[in-house]
Amino acid sequence: MTNRFVTRRGVLKTSAIAGAGLALPTYLRAQESGFTNAPTGDTVTLGFNVPQTGPYADEGADELRAFELAVEHLNGGGDGGMLQTFSEKNLDGTGILGKKVEFVTGDTQTKSDAARASARSMIEKDGAVMISGGSSSGVAVAVQGLCQEAGVIFMAGLTHSNDTTGKDKKANGFRHFFNAYMSAAAMAPVLESLYGTDRKAYHLTADYTWGWTQQESIQAATEAMGWETVQNVLTPLAQTDFSSYIAPVLQSGADVLVLNHYGGNMVNSLTNAVQFGLREAQANGKDFQIVVPLYSELMARGAGENIKGIPGSQNWDWKIENELGSRYVGTNAFVKSFGEKYGFPPSQAAQTCYAQTLLYADAVSRANSFNPCAVAEALEDFEFDGLGNGPTSYRGSDHQCFKDVVVVRGKENPENEFDLVEIVEVTPTEQVTYEPDHPMFSGGSLGSCNPGA
Amino acid sequence: MLGLGKKDLSLLILVAVLTMLAPFLLNPFPTDSGLAQFNAGYPDLMQRFVIFGIFAIGFNILFGLTGYLSFGHAAFLGVGSYAAVWMFKLLSMNVVPAIILSVIIAGVFALAIGYISLRRSGIYFSILTLAFAQMSFALAYSVLTPITNGETGLQIALDDPRILGVSQTEDGSIPVTHFFGIEMRATEVLRLGGWEFQFSAGYYLCALVMLVAFYLAIRIFRSPFGMMLRAVKSNQQRLYYTGLNARPYTLAAFVISGMYAGLAGGLLASMDPLAGAERMQWTASGEVVLMTILGGAGTLIGPVLGAGFIKYFENIFSKLNDNVLHGWFAFLPDGLEDFVVTIVHPFVGKGWHLTLGLMFMAVVIFLPGGLVEGGQRIARLFRRRKASDEHRAAQETPAE
Repeated sequence: MTNRFVTRRGVLKTSAIAGAGLALPTYLRAQESGFTNAPTGDTVTLGFNVPQTGPYADEGADELRAFELAVEHLNGGGDGGMLQTFSEKNLDGTGILGKKVEFVTGDTQTKSDAARASARSMIEKDGAVMISGGSSSGVAVAVQGLCQEAGVIFMAGLTHSNDTTGKDKKANGFRHFFNAYMSAAAMAPVLESLYGTDRKAYHLTADYTWGWTQQESIQAATEAMGWETVQNVLTPLAQTDFSSYIAPVLQSGADVLVLNHYGGNMVNSLTNAVQFGLREAQANGKDFQIVVPLYSELMARGAGENIKGIPGSQNWDWKIENELGSRYVGTNAFVKSFGEKYGFPPSQAAQTCYAQTLLYADAVSRANSFNPCAVAEALEDFEFDGLGNGPTSYRGSDHQCFKDVVVVRGKENPENEFDLVEIVEVTPTEQVTYEPDHPMFSGGSLGSCNPGA
Repeated sequence: MLGLGKKDLSLLILVAVLTMLAPFLLNPFPTDSGLAQFNAGYPDLMQRFVIFGIFAIGFNILFGLTGYLSFGHAAFLGVGSYAAVWMFKLLSMNVVPAIILSVIIAGVFALAIGYISLRRSGIYFSILTLAFAQMSFALAYSVLTPITNGETGLQIALDDPRILGVSQTEDGSIPVTHFFGIEMRATEVLRLGGWEFQFSAGYYLCALVMLVAFYLAIRIFRSPFGMMLRAVKSNQQRLYYTGLNARPYTLAAFVISGMYAGLAGGLLASMDPLAGAERMQWTASGEVVLMTILGGAGTLIGPVLGAGFIKYFENIFSKLNDNVLHGWFAFLPDGLEDFVVTIVHPFVGKGWHLTLGLMFMAVVIFLPGGLVEGGQRIARLFRRRKASDEHRAAQETPAE
């Protein structure tokens, strides 16, 4: 009874508004353009949703710097950065399709709920036509789902979980960053050559989508070469003290500790592990080892001395062009403009966010439309070069980028405070490529692209 | 009418008018003006205003009437959200069963927690509820991951069964939440000159639910049951000495207020089908306490005002970054501009908590009755001025 009353009120209300709307020269957004937030004036708004608080705040801050730099370059400011080396030449410094790029920022707080609220307000209030950012796969998956529903493009930033382009993939979402499977595939041969095939691993894993898939991938890859997995312990993402998790490791019979942690988590757990003397310890007659599958310069800086000699994988490194030659062209151009603006080299999070912004702008230019479906079509199976990762392709069947993976380790004798990791090896694309229906990525479907209202 | 006194009826009508016209009232600035930053009339925030309004109204039934300060109310909101999302996953995307189930589950949950916690009063009761809420949070965050999906948050997926609905739409995407066919995210945009007003179906559903919730709260406040609750607040000892057992009354109030929280959680999930564990964290419980005290505990409209106030700060002030500040103060000479921006910087953006904290202190110190007391003082000021002219004006003071 009450509900029917409610409905009638609602219907009356809506029809009254509709009547008033028809009487006046008004337009519905949808009828005008056919997609959500079509830019009308001479500007276009992008939404950058990054963690400014929480365990990934450092990465978030660096992502934001990269976004600002990308917008500056798109609008013709600065030295153009990677626009000079990008294999596509559609971007000429006049914004996107002649519209000046503006941006709004938001704080995801590294929480799915807050991230979605922030992204919703960017879409509904600020009229953002593309959302980018991330720094936590949980957040990225949540925001990607929201963008799919709202009908805007999501250019994932730092998100490394297999699920982002696996079981939670979405037609409106695109990821440039590599993933847990690729990390594991790249690291396995290196781990084998460093520590042999007879090892027992103990996993500490961040308890959310990224940690789960990272652990699963590393376990599968290491077990394939003969390692044994002793135990996997899940740790809450908001944890800051890992002593209670580290203490049982030495008694477990394991001789390798795999820290499936990232950002502030990894800095703290590694520091705890070193304090507990794991690095000097002996187990099963071998030196105890620590492995950090996903690595970054920012974490290395946070962990300081403790990071020395510890192997991991990266999407990109700022020294890669200097050390490995012009295959990775674009790196130096980006590092130069980033360094000039902020005074230090960019992290991999910054590089992926910068690249994503450029890729989006370029896709809009090639599609000659901001319509998310047109942009998605332009990005699918798109091959490009000159953004610092070597030749790269966006696979159409799962919206994942395929490119080389960098295996690194903490440098023993850093020359300066930014030179903390050394490149051990670059694993070529073919070695980290998998089929779209690989079991670790199955269970989801892109669905169809949604242009929104 | 509706079994309400004249004063309450006019308050209800006022609230109804305000919520129905919210898309206009909250968007006072043209979209391309610099002040558009302060517009709050977009669906997400308007929905939050009314949903957290419901949450605070419910909390106020417990805290405002009985004086029992629950510090774990967010647990009920979280449980309601999870229940609603599970309904979307298993049954259908219609919001009605989801909301009903979230209210029921939250009620059962509140009964269990209330039964134990209400054995103590005062600070011990607060600590007990806090402990239960933190336990629920920890369970949702890690132990019960199969049910809650932990940190990632419970989301709907393409392969959910949805036995009364469809698993996926014809074009292969996840169906959206709806109220018998009216999509919750459907939004009509009205453009008048430089202004842009958004009318969201989801908002109007939430607003109507809030009006019902508000009406029920008025009835509870004015009922003999409400009188008993007030008696508990003023002197529980005396109640016991007169031979009355206060526990059933407080337990009923606790369950009702838990159901309100569940309703808010269910609506939150209906507007955006995702439930995260952080909804149950103690900070979320603290927030509703702040809302109620800021608005005016024990008053009818206070909690709604407080909820709106805090959500406005959270969503609008937190978005002001240095770029915006530089835009505002660009007219000042360079050095002075930077100086002013440096001074203002800690109070906006990430520092919105600081501004809110200062406002909260000011309210508690100067207006112990909350924003409602502020309104009353202003009203009294006008009345006094008017009273010298005509005495009739005294009857027109806003209720509460």
